[in-house]
Amino acid sequence: MARLLTRRRLLRGAGLAAPALLLAGCDRLGASPSFRDMVLGSGEWLSWRVHRLIGANALAREYDPAEMSPRFRTNGNTSPRAPEWQRHAAAGFADWRLAVGGLVEGPRGFSLAELRALPVRSQITRHDCVEGWSAIGKWTGTPLAEVLNAVRLLPVARYIVLHCADDFGGEPYYESIDLVDAFHPQTILAWGMNDAPLPLGHGAPLRLRVERQLGYKHAKFVMRIEAVANLAATGRGRGGFWEDVAGYDWYAGI
Amino acid sequence: MSGAVAGHRLSTRLWHWVNAAVFFVLLMSGLMIFNAHPRLYWGEYGADYDPAWLEIGADAGRGYLRVGEVQIDTTGVLGTSRTKGRVWNVAFPGWATIPSTYDLALARRWHLSFAWLLALGLAGYAGWSLVNGHLRRDLVPRAAEVAPGNLRAEIGRHLRLDFPRDRYNVLQKLAYLVVLLVLLPLMVLSGLTMSPSMDATWPWLLDLFGGRQTARSVHFILAWTLVGFLLVHLAMLLLAGPVGRVGAMITGRRRAPGEGG
Repeated sequence: MARLLTRRRLLRGAGLAAPALLLAGCDRLGASPSFRDMVLGSGEWLSWRVHRLIGANALAREYDPAEMSPRFRTNGNTSPRAPEWQRHAAAGFADWRLAVGGLVEGPRGFSLAELRALPVRSQITRHDCVEGWSAIGKWTGTPLAEVLNAVRLLPVARYIVLHCADDFGGEPYYESIDLVDAFHPQTILAWGMNDAPLPLGHGAPLRLRVERQLGYKHAKFVMRIEAVANLAATGRGRGGFWEDVAGYDWYAGI
Repeated sequence: MSGAVAGHRLSTRLWHWVNAAVFFVLLMSGLMIFNAHPRLYWGEYGADYDPAWLEIGADAGRGYLRVGEVQIDTTGVLGTSRTKGRVWNVAFPGWATIPSTYDLALARRWHLSFAWLLALGLAGYAGWSLVNGHLRRDLVPRAAEVAPGNLRAEIGRHLRLDFPRDRYNVLQKLAYLVVLLVLLPLMVLSGLTMSPSMDATWPWLLDLFGGRQTARSVHFILAWTLVGFLLVHLAMLLLAGPVGRVGAMITGRRRAPGEGG
């Protein structure tokens, strides 16, 4: 009898204390960089690999004009402070040029007219923010593959980095994607939105659309594209602004 | 010990306890992810300018939960609450989320790595239960059990808190079957539907739920349905005698009827 009561008391005590202990334990584990990267990072790695295995070339759904969001909200920075961008914005991006370089055979610049002269793609797709909301809009632009083929990647290139004009607290925005996404047919450098020039708030003059990943991968105000062999030397080395400063997953397909 | 009072299989015990931990982490990290945009929509799209059918928020220091046209004051719990000595305008309070202070990136890491454990564990357990006969023998009710007369009698026994101790009763079987074969698979699928990459690979996910934002709403509703199951599950455990039952789920041995707990 005494043994039973003890066990019962023990169980009851454990039942009451377990949630609080588990929660405190989760906070402590989450604060540990090695647990964060090695244990909790395993999900990101597994998702990236499995998604590449079962659907590397799958196309994101494209919608009818009737299915578009009545109003597409902006997010992140809506007007970069960089003087260079401000000058270009004031001049309507007339002499703005996209710099494309890094591990390529023929680094060069592209004016908006030169980008528009390449094959053009329009797509009505769903934009999914990491926070949970979605909006459907129409994007028109030049496939990133066309630009990369024009400068010819060197065989050692593995990632494409997009350097942006905007910053948060002086730290510039940038993003990066692997070559599967870079050469995916729906990955475009958009200069048009909803049948109009890309609005300033949505990243004029040029933003990335990488339709199978979350919103923060869709870099806005793109100024320079760089092909790299690894991501270690860019920013703080995690492949993107939010990845660097807030620990967001580099692979944002989920 | 006759066949009917055989204890829980190792696979059942293992899955049960792994799931207990995984459910705890997924629920609480999920509530943190919800906190990043505490509004729910129907259809493919849904953002700040679109009508939300459910919203948790704060207005002039008062927290509220709004479902459709109905709004209730939830100050102190939902919308605005106190964590670590400070008042925060967050949908779900710090004591209910992982991590306890706002961190969407970290909550996603917990959620999206533990989701793999849930999905693989579910597939493994459901598959193994089919192979080893657990599903057919112990979980699928026999025709006589689901006869209306028997169901009525079983509900009556439950209301009198009279539970059989040596086998799963029919209500228990149905509850476990619904969780194993309906709620948890739908939880995994609605979660996958929120992935833009999985929507490209398996476009039927969007058709199954009728859009990404509907899938997000379904995911939220199912999470609370599972919390409801857990509460009933724990209530039944307490009523039926927690010591023997928890012991049986740990050791696999089951006490003979009448031997306490």
